[in-house]
Amino acid sequence: MITQTSKKPDIHLRKGQIVKGKWHRNHYHVVKKLGSGAIGAVYLCVHENRQVALKISKQSASVSSEVNVLKSFQAVQGYHLGPSLMDVDDYQAQNGFNYSFYVMEYISGESLHDFIRRNGHEWLVSLLIKFANDLHVLHQQGYVFGDLKIENLIVSRKPVQLRWVDVGGTTLQGRSIKEYTEFYDRAYWQCGSRKADPGYDLFALAMVILRVYYPNGFTRGNNPKKTLQQKINRAVTIEPLKKLLLMLINNSVNDAEQVKDFLLTYFIHQKSKKNKRRYNQQAKSSHEAFHPFLEVSSILTIGGVCYLYVTFFM
Amino acid sequence: MKTGTLKQILLITDGCSNQGEDPALVASLVAEQGITVNVIGILEDDHTEQPEGLEEVEEIAGNGHGVSQIVYQDALAQTVQTVTKQAMTETLQGVVNNELTQILGSEKTMEELPPDQRGEVMEVVDELGETCDLEVLVLVDTSASMTNKLPTVQEALIDLSISMNARIGRSRFAVYQFPGRKKSIQQLVDWTSKLDSITSIFAKISSGGITPTGPALKEAMYQFGKKTLRRRFIRDDYTDIEEA
Repeated sequence: MITQTSKKPDIHLRKGQIVKGKWHRNHYHVVKKLGSGAIGAVYLCVHENRQVALKISKQSASVSSEVNVLKSFQAVQGYHLGPSLMDVDDYQAQNGFNYSFYVMEYISGESLHDFIRRNGHEWLVSLLIKFANDLHVLHQQGYVFGDLKIENLIVSRKPVQLRWVDVGGTTLQGRSIKEYTEFYDRAYWQCGSRKADPGYDLFALAMVILRVYYPNGFTRGNNPKKTLQQKINRAVTIEPLKKLLLMLINNSVNDAEQVKDFLLTYFIHQKSKKNKRRYNQQAKSSHEAFHPFLEVSSILTIGGVCYLYVTFFM
Repeated sequence: MKTGTLKQILLITDGCSNQGEDPALVASLVAEQGITVNVIGILEDDHTEQPEGLEEVEEIAGNGHGVSQIVYQDALAQTVQTVTKQAMTETLQGVVNNELTQILGSEKTMEELPPDQRGEVMEVVDELGETCDLEVLVLVDTSASMTNKLPTVQEALIDLSISMNARIGRSRFAVYQFPGRKKSIQQLVDWTSKLDSITSIFAKISSGGITPTGPALKEAMYQFGKKTLRRRFIRDDYTDIEEA
């Protein structure tokens, strides 16, 4: 028996290098490295004038596993669960070894940290509503995301949406979690097992939200659960979000749809409050003298501000 | 396809062996018995470069058909479970490769299949990894320099048991330390499915200066039960999995 993976050296692609597939003969022009994880590294490449993301690894078995997951996602019609898969192939490197790779859609965007820093924590709620829905669809497909962490998420533009970019940890429900990161791991915080069930993802989701408030993370201490409760109470100022987080770490929510509904209720409630306030203001202003010039200029200013906001930030 | 039991020795050490047989040689012998030898080398927190003694780590694992990793203490927990899982996958792949050679003839391995077919084979390997039974004998170096790392080792072992018990297949663990007081190894925890409940197993150890890794590995091999070993000698099958 040979253990090839142990002896095979890691692979590093250089900028400008061309990766040619052994089976399908496609060419990929390496632009830059996007990141690396437990299994292989992801590169931004250009293929037929299109930007794509290419993941390459020395562990051909793990690549095959991930491709299987991505393929099963493609079967979900009308839903973009993760990036779409474009090609699977082997690359014969100059050192003589074969390295497996797969090519997926390149999702451009910014990290959740950067996005929240620029736009404010209020955005979390609306991002999470859509994301919880995606998770729900994934769970209904019989999978659990597994390695849900801030590094695996990206905020795409048009539409502004939280999306996952690395599906390496996705595990069939009922099995043991394939890949995890301590800070986001339910078992590490002694809040449950490492078995793949929807609750595992929801716990990790709570940790993702916490990570937004604590970019450098924190350690579990002697009483992990208590540590979590303290950290939540200290930093999270949006009341329903705080309530949700406490529910999530207590495993009292085990369906992503519940998370969505919870946040949606809050969102609608908050909106209707705002609308009421606006309505009151309007009622007040109508009592005052009608002033056409002020009216027109304010509409123009508001329009201008909106236009600027859209061009610069969306 | 129904699987038997995968057997592994997980050696955790921070230095070079200095007594008895060459551990790399012993490891190849152990591997012949269908037991994979994985090795984790722990670095001192203030080490920026890999010290010389740890080169042995890779050599032992290589000869033991296993996986090796050299890490700092804080990454130990995660490494222990990754190494265990990776070694399982590799062993199962080895078995599947053997099957492929028999079916397809010549030296066809998984890596040489076109991506689509490889994906299908990989589904089988994943399935096997989830459902097979697993026995891990953890062999911990308790020589003097390891003393301050033992609490971390214990935590990592509890974590390993959590990970492996989340699988569908059964997992059993035993923990041994070396050097023992009189013998080359000494039992700390007998075969059990749950390591979560162990508390301060390394409490009563006498740390000495010698590191007899080779003899310890050899002795560890016998702890898997002599019945299995003998059967493996008679049946000159490939040794990683028995079909039940």
